[in-house]
Amino acid sequence: MNKFKTVLTAGALALAPMTALAEDSSDPIVIPIHNWSSQIVMSHVVGQIFETMGNNVEYVTTDSQAVYESVRLGDVTLELEVWEGAFGASFRAALEKGGLHDAGDHNAVTREDWWYPMWTKDACPGLPSWEALNDCAAVFATAETGDKGRYLDGPVDWLKHGQERVESLGMDFVVVNAGSAAALWAEIGAAEADKRPVVVFNWTPNFAEAVWPGEFVEFPMWVDGCDKDPAVGPNPDALYDCGNPADGYLKKAAWDGMKDKWPGAYEVLTKISFTNPQIAEMARLVDVEDLEPEDAAAEWLEANPDVWKSWTS
Amino acid sequence: MADVANGLKVTATGPAQWTRGKVAVALVAVAVVLTVLRYVGLLPDALFRIPEAMIPPAAVWLDAAFNFVKDDLGLLALTRTLTEGLEWLLDITANLMFGKRRWPFLGPIPWTAVAGVAAVIGYYLDGWRMAALGAGTFIWTALIGQWTIAMETMSVLMVAAPLAFFIGLSLGILAWKHAWVNRAIKPILSVLQTLPFFTYLLPAVIFFKVGPTAGAVATTIYAIPPMILMTTLGLQKVSPEVVEAGNMSGCTKWQLLRHVYLPSARTEILVGVNQVIMLCLAMVVLTAFIGMPGLGAKLLAMMGSFKLGRSFEIGVTIVLLAVMLDRMSKAWVVKQPEHFERDTPWWRRHWYLVTGVAVFVFFCIAAQVVPVFAEIGRTQNFSQGKEIDTLIKAFLALDPVQNTTQMIRYVLNVWILNPFRDFLLSIPTPAFILLVTAFALSLGGKGPAIYAAIFFGLVALSGWWDRSVITLYSVISAVTLAILIGVPLGIMASRSEKWSRRALLACDTAQTFPSFIYLIPAIMLFGVTATSVVMSILIFAMVPLTRYTIEGLRTVPPEMTEAADMAGATRMQKLISVQLPLALPTMAVGFNQAIMFAFFMVIVAAFIGTQDLGQELQRTLAGTDLGKNFVLGICVSLMALTFDLTIMKWATHRKKALGLPD
Repeated sequence: MNKFKTVLTAGALALAPMTALAEDSSDPIVIPIHNWSSQIVMSHVVGQIFETMGNNVEYVTTDSQAVYESVRLGDVTLELEVWEGAFGASFRAALEKGGLHDAGDHNAVTREDWWYPMWTKDACPGLPSWEALNDCAAVFATAETGDKGRYLDGPVDWLKHGQERVESLGMDFVVVNAGSAAALWAEIGAAEADKRPVVVFNWTPNFAEAVWPGEFVEFPMWVDGCDKDPAVGPNPDALYDCGNPADGYLKKAAWDGMKDKWPGAYEVLTKISFTNPQIAEMARLVDVEDLEPEDAAAEWLEANPDVWKSWTS
Repeated sequence: MADVANGLKVTATGPAQWTRGKVAVALVAVAVVLTVLRYVGLLPDALFRIPEAMIPPAAVWLDAAFNFVKDDLGLLALTRTLTEGLEWLLDITANLMFGKRRWPFLGPIPWTAVAGVAAVIGYYLDGWRMAALGAGTFIWTALIGQWTIAMETMSVLMVAAPLAFFIGLSLGILAWKHAWVNRAIKPILSVLQTLPFFTYLLPAVIFFKVGPTAGAVATTIYAIPPMILMTTLGLQKVSPEVVEAGNMSGCTKWQLLRHVYLPSARTEILVGVNQVIMLCLAMVVLTAFIGMPGLGAKLLAMMGSFKLGRSFEIGVTIVLLAVMLDRMSKAWVVKQPEHFERDTPWWRRHWYLVTGVAVFVFFCIAAQVVPVFAEIGRTQNFSQGKEIDTLIKAFLALDPVQNTTQMIRYVLNVWILNPFRDFLLSIPTPAFILLVTAFALSLGGKGPAIYAAIFFGLVALSGWWDRSVITLYSVISAVTLAILIGVPLGIMASRSEKWSRRALLACDTAQTFPSFIYLIPAIMLFGVTATSVVMSILIFAMVPLTRYTIEGLRTVPPEMTEAADMAGATRMQKLISVQLPLALPTMAVGFNQAIMFAFFMVIVAAFIGTQDLGQELQRTLAGTDLGKNFVLGICVSLMALTFDLTIMKWATHRKKALGLPD
């Protein structure tokens, strides 16, 4: 069985350079899925596009940081959502080791920063400016933080530097790190009941936008080098004294072997580019409409043929 | 044996024990002096915490060792070959259970056929009730729209559980045959049983590829220890008469094992099987972190998008599967093999097998005609996710609930937990080790005390001292609260047969319900704070405390309670002076398990947000930091083992002293 596979692969690899129109291998293209809905649906959308082209597709659940190591080794074939802020570091590390490459950007931009649900504005009308936020820090105080406000940051391993920013901008906030995305939602969900003001870490595109309308806090505009050169930004002696970039990239990554093994699918992958509204719509189908990801993907493909048909032709 | 007898003498005779107590007091005194010195600022920093420079770079060494074994000795190549074999097996079950496009291209088996066969097996094992449970579980799974994901999980467990069984059985036999294997295996098993699961996961991914293969391997490793222990125990118990009979009838060594030893040890081996199944199910959610598909992965995705209702339904499915498999395997333990008269026709001897096959074939054919029998479509299921969601959220938002939890949160966080944590962190490292040693000495004696000193010394040298102390603090706080709630509950429930049974059922359910699901309501009630962490551990740690309190109290010899009644004791007097002292050794086992469970759960609680070892472990999972991952895991394991050794030693002593059976 395996020998057979190897022979097939070897054959495909040998033939690939001869003609650009070489057949895609019949081995399944392995698409990783993670634990947030937009990525799961997008993976199914792309998987189903590949299937219409006659490819075999398989999905495997993986950790969103560890996945780059797997792409590099060819255990999985591609990754559809490389967030600049969240996964940029892992992606670049894998890129340096070799084995995977950048397969182009989506049209969508990503943003990750301090965020609040709309009802918070009632208690702190000056928002979204960060100075206004700091002035009503007491509104965000809890039993444990005394008279300082409480900011719930993402998990420590997301490296969001909330603590550094509080220090560099001299804010009256205590930074608490949640342990997982689920913990962030639970806090917002609990605050929703009695419309308690909260400020937490959040990002876009994300399902949360559909469930809880809200806004990002406007920090001093991101300037390149803000994380490396203390002189950059309002505080001349500190790093991280700016907000995060408001237009981070959203990339696709591919295993180096994909180009040769599935030339057709690879060609399509490089053309694929989703926009923010399209991604939000995919997430909405699952998170609000309660569809299963496979069905949401099928529905999305049915509703938007003009978007994806141009990539395959 | 001599060792135990000696130990008993020590406990029994006054002066010896007094010496032990004296040493313990001296240790505590030194610790107090050190701490006070620290407070007044006289203690040099080097004695407060081991200086960074003196900490051996264990993680770096381990990494080098791992890399050597992995690449230079070719272990990775070997395991990757094994992976292919394992993948082949997993592909077969995956094809059969949920129709993955792999050889043999037969599946998926229609859900009705699976449910039907489960009913026949249930009926064979224990009559109609079991049949209803078997079929009911699968019907629920199909109707709720979780069939495919549940079968993804089952397809891996179907490979992992038998694998764990065979490896465990073989190792168990080896350990029983050769004393040196037994000696070598015992400490490894103790470490394995206390090692946090995150430490299994990373090597599993590196050596066995992300996905179901790594999931199967991690599950197998996690489930092996009890199988080994039970096999060895069962084989040791086989009576010499039976073996002699085997010898007399001229058995070869192999025949003796196959036809004499193993059948005689049947009960223990089947208890081992039961344990294997339960541990496999406990790993369903955790292995989702390394790409195992199925119920666990879905649960994590649901929690990631704040869908409490759907998460809850998945939890129910996991509990149902666990309860069904648990009851069935227990019924199998009790069921003795049936023997037939000579010349009974084949179909009569294998009546249930024939029925099972017939039911299976019937539904497979029926499914071709009636599509609902084959698969319940996405829009046809009865999932009430949204409604349950609303219900849970409405309950959590009720004013009385909110007010109570706000108060608990305030009192616990501000007055108890945070000050307690800061206090523990303010104790100098050597003083802390002395305190733990004194505890082990006064409870367990010299042996455990030496281990305690060595183990905590190693933790101090690992360079993760503060995080270890925070981990320990969560465990101690949660277990203390669990005792305050769980033990009285157990005492009350033990008064009547009916309530005991109900409480034990509740314990079973709480234990198999995926612990992750507790986390979200805990956060919604108590925020991302220490209280949430302690509360979610508390639920889990209460289970063994309540269970063993009930068991301890109900197995107090009736002569004893009668004697107390005759002496005219009130119910309270009887409880305090007769029942509780006699039940205490058993309760200690529960206490020990509570601590082990707490160490397990404190790692899971990293998902709420902690600053302990669990958080660091969770962080390593995303990378390839094997060395650091291992060091962190060992820290948890060493602390857990210290308590395990001490408490178990104490319980054995007490039992011996009270003349109770083990």
